Amino acid sequence: MSILSIRKLSKTYQSGSRKLTVLENVNIDIKEGEMIAIVGPSGSGKTTLLGLCAGLDSGTEGSVVLNGHPLEKLNEDQRASVRNKDVGFIFQNFQLLPTLTALENVMVPLELKKRKDAKEKALELLEKVGLKDRATHYPTQLSGGEQQRVSIARAFANEPKILFADEPTGNLDTETGEMIEKLIFDLNKEKGTTLVLVTHDLELAAKTQRIIHIKGGKIQEDAHA
Amino acid sequence: MPMPDFNWILKMAIRDFRKNLSRLLLFVSSIVVGIAALVAISSFGENLVKDIDNQAKELLGADLVLENNKPLGEQQVDSMAIQIASEVNFASMVAFPQTGASRLTQVRALEGDFPFYGKLETIPASGDADFRSGGQKALVEKTLMAQFNAEVGDSIKVGALSFVIVGELQKVPGQTGITATVAPAVYIPLEYLEGTGLVQYGSRVEYNRYLQFTPETDVEALIKPFEDQWEIDRVDADTVEDRKRSTGRSFGNLSNFLSLVAFIALLLGCVGVASAVNVFVKEKLASVAVLRCLGVASRDVLLIYLSEIMVMGLVGAVLGSFLGTLLQFVLPVVFSDFLPVEVTVGISWKSVAFGIITGLFVSVLFALLPLLKVRNVSPMATLRPETADSTLIKDPVRWLVMLGILLFIFGFSWYLLKQVTWAVGFTGFVLVAFGALWGVGNLIMWAVRKFLPISLSYPWRQALANLYRPNNQTISLIATIGLGTAMISTLFFLQNQLLEEARFADKEDQPNMLMFDIQTAQLDAVRGRVTNRKMRIIQEVPIVTMNLNEINGIDKRENEELPDEENYSRWLYNREFRVTYRDTLISSETLTSGDLIPLGARGDSIFVSLEKGFGEGNGLKIGDELEFNVQGRPIKTYIGSFRDVKFNQVSTNFLVLFPNGVLEQAPKFHVIITKTKNDREAADVQSEIVREFPNISIINLGTIVETLEDILGKISFVIQFMAFFSIATGLLVLISSLIISKYQRMRESILLRTLGASSSIVRLINTLEYFFLGSLASLSGILLSFMATFLLGEFVFNMDFSLAWKEGLVIYLALTGLTIVLGWLNGRRIINQPPMEILRGNG
Repeated sequence: MSILSIRKLSKTYQSGSRKLTVLENVNIDIKEGEMIAIVGPSGSGKTTLLGLCAGLDSGTEGSVVLNGHPLEKLNEDQRASVRNKDVGFIFQNFQLLPTLTALENVMVPLELKKRKDAKEKALELLEKVGLKDRATHYPTQLSGGEQQRVSIARAFANEPKILFADEPTGNLDTETGEMIEKLIFDLNKEKGTTLVLVTHDLELAAKTQRIIHIKGGKIQEDAHA
Repeated sequence: MPMPDFNWILKMAIRDFRKNLSRLLLFVSSIVVGIAALVAISSFGENLVKDIDNQAKELLGADLVLENNKPLGEQQVDSMAIQIASEVNFASMVAFPQTGASRLTQVRALEGDFPFYGKLETIPASGDADFRSGGQKALVEKTLMAQFNAEVGDSIKVGALSFVIVGELQKVPGQTGITATVAPAVYIPLEYLEGTGLVQYGSRVEYNRYLQFTPETDVEALIKPFEDQWEIDRVDADTVEDRKRSTGRSFGNLSNFLSLVAFIALLLGCVGVASAVNVFVKEKLASVAVLRCLGVASRDVLLIYLSEIMVMGLVGAVLGSFLGTLLQFVLPVVFSDFLPVEVTVGISWKSVAFGIITGLFVSVLFALLPLLKVRNVSPMATLRPETADSTLIKDPVRWLVMLGILLFIFGFSWYLLKQVTWAVGFTGFVLVAFGALWGVGNLIMWAVRKFLPISLSYPWRQALANLYRPNNQTISLIATIGLGTAMISTLFFLQNQLLEEARFADKEDQPNMLMFDIQTAQLDAVRGRVTNRKMRIIQEVPIVTMNLNEINGIDKRENEELPDEENYSRWLYNREFRVTYRDTLISSETLTSGDLIPLGARGDSIFVSLEKGFGEGNGLKIGDELEFNVQGRPIKTYIGSFRDVKFNQVSTNFLVLFPNGVLEQAPKFHVIITKTKNDREAADVQSEIVREFPNISIINLGTIVETLEDILGKISFVIQFMAFFSIATGLLVLISSLIISKYQRMRESILLRTLGASSSIVRLINTLEYFFLGSLASLSGILLSFMATFLLGEFVFNMDFSLAWKEGLVIYLALTGLTIVLGWLNGRRIINQPPMEILRGNG
């Protein structure tokens, strides 16, 4: 069963009098629990595709159905609600809220779900990523790797059906990057989450079950491992 | 959409708040001064109304005052009073024989125990009782005593008689410090008035009768039956209720006007709030995008930041109200010269509540304008940060907020001014002033951008370019500091120009001394005294007093019966006209319509010329028939022309001008206008004439300039005090904007120093940037004030505009210097630390 179904998806930007097509007629089906990587050079449209899949933006044409929700028919706030229920994010630049502590950052998705045990659950997740003792630290007091670990804990907090990761190791050194990769894959396996990874790191992509090559806004290859 | 989870919103707001507390405090600091001013003025107004109510009897000094310009004679109400006092008052020269100096004063010849309520406060305290114990004694206003170095025990000469000063007047019930400056009073016993020989033909004398009734008397009802007769006899009756109403009204207006000035300071603060929140929001856009990504609804994101602003708005408003309550203790001192009553101070809870609600409301209203941006932030900005900053031009809610702001300004000014047209005018003024400053700011920025010469050295180019860096607050600083500067410099410029105008009149060919109330029999002798000193008689003007009987055949009684829209002002029939006659215009006059028609030019009709403003203001037209009553003899005339009269010269100016050949035989008195070479000669001739002809009054330009300086000093102190609020707000906005932009400057500074710029280069760039910022803001304000001074001079004061560049330069240097110093204080830590310290986040 598809957790994410993309049909004839295109995205065009208007730049003055010029039309710029960044995605063209993309069709993808992703099964529940699948781990896939979207790879391609800079400017190929992979981040745009990720944004559209996660309902962060809407396409110019085509449809995206995420866990049964046709995203193009929902308004921004309805899409936000879908994101809160079904989606987790890991960003290249971590995107932690600077005014919140590590613990509070992880608590946000749980609180939005009105979970009474938000704090306990968040602490449990921080323990899993090895940062329980840094729970009260603010993002600026954490190293890059630590920030990304908080971000992973936050991404898994709402037990998402699908996790989107945009260059999760792009801002980290090799050693830390490997540790983060391991954490993501381990947690993903443990929770049975679907993973959509955007990267230009072919080594990292090779660790997934399926690689979609994208270039000039079009899918060049969709290969299963 | 489900209901917002307020618990969670509040929790998030509190979390965000912890890290932003000091910065958010800066946002609201801008409104503190405005709210403080508003609460102080409002509390002061409340207390003033209460005090006027409580001290109403002391304001009048009696239960009823009757006034006329001829002796009042027996009145029926006299028999109903338990106490009666009489006063005859008029302007006259009073000489101080010890120094030989003399000055025009208000002589009050008093009989009886007036004031019945309150008392004449004197030094020594026994002065009042001593004055009333009989003999040739006088009480003299403290300003006069100070001017002539007189002491109690000295004597003064009033007309033909000398009086011993037994007390220095400190306070007279119902009289303000300003009245004492313009017309300082000298009290003498009424029984000696005749002996002074001062009441002669042409003297403008006012006869007052003060009456006191038993406490239970309803004075309004008591005087009802007599009002018609008093109307006919032109007797003016003033009761405690009348005085309470008129004083309450004028001080209500004053307090509302001052509230408007405070409101302007508040509006400036609001611009500061909007500008600071704008920067705050821009810095929050990334967090907003993350929250949206995590599934927070846009409304809830807005509510998180709005609740922070509301809490800070409340803090600012409470702080402002507290400061305002303290500040009102100072106001009675500031306004002491204008107050006819003793003002008590105390907390006015109504004003405090008014301040808190207003502060909270404006901070939310003005913060909403930039805050609305967060609603439109796309979650996509987490992946592509450049998509975060959205424009709001098309957002209808933003337009609604703008409309709300306009309605608020209009509504608030309407509440204060009570008149729709004035409120529209004020709203228009605010729009034009802000619009002008915004326009000037934008124009300058555009010019800098467009014409920034590439040949300039790097620090200059960088400093100029910083003015339009992203998140710059150049425009908001120009608006706030500019408006504050404009207010205070307009005041300075106007004050200087008025004084300049008066001093300028003292040039070679201009007259500088005016002698009036000269009786026909004295004319030759006075003329002789003047010409003996080789002084030129520049003008010799005969003056005839008269009243108006009929206008176009309508007499006073008929006019009373006409409906309001058809009748003429009652004042026209009641006033006494002082008229001269000649067939030519003088230098201060220009004909605006009609012709100056000599007698006999058109049959035997008499054509008079009216001052334009007076004639048109009273609905009179060329050709209208006016019948004057000249000492009992009716004279029918027609309006032949209107003249524009420049009233700011030392000369006699008249509302009505007769042609030669009509009034020559009527009883009259004369005015002589002359020119003295210097102050010494002015003093000599003045003392000679006053000694010989005590009934003649003399005004010399020196005295006018002195009085003008004194009055302007008092008024400008009050206005400066009020303008201070705007300047203080402007400075707070400046300080907060410098602190807010500190992080941005820090990053720029690191980059520059990493690239190898020395501390001195960074310092130079920063100094130049503050110099440009201060210059732009103060120059915009000064430019606006030059325009305002020109317009006020042209249309209100009728004087030529002179560019007060020296004063402008001082204001410019002071404000620019202040901006540079504040900038240095703010930036010194950044410059003195090594770049790595800051990069590590320890800075």
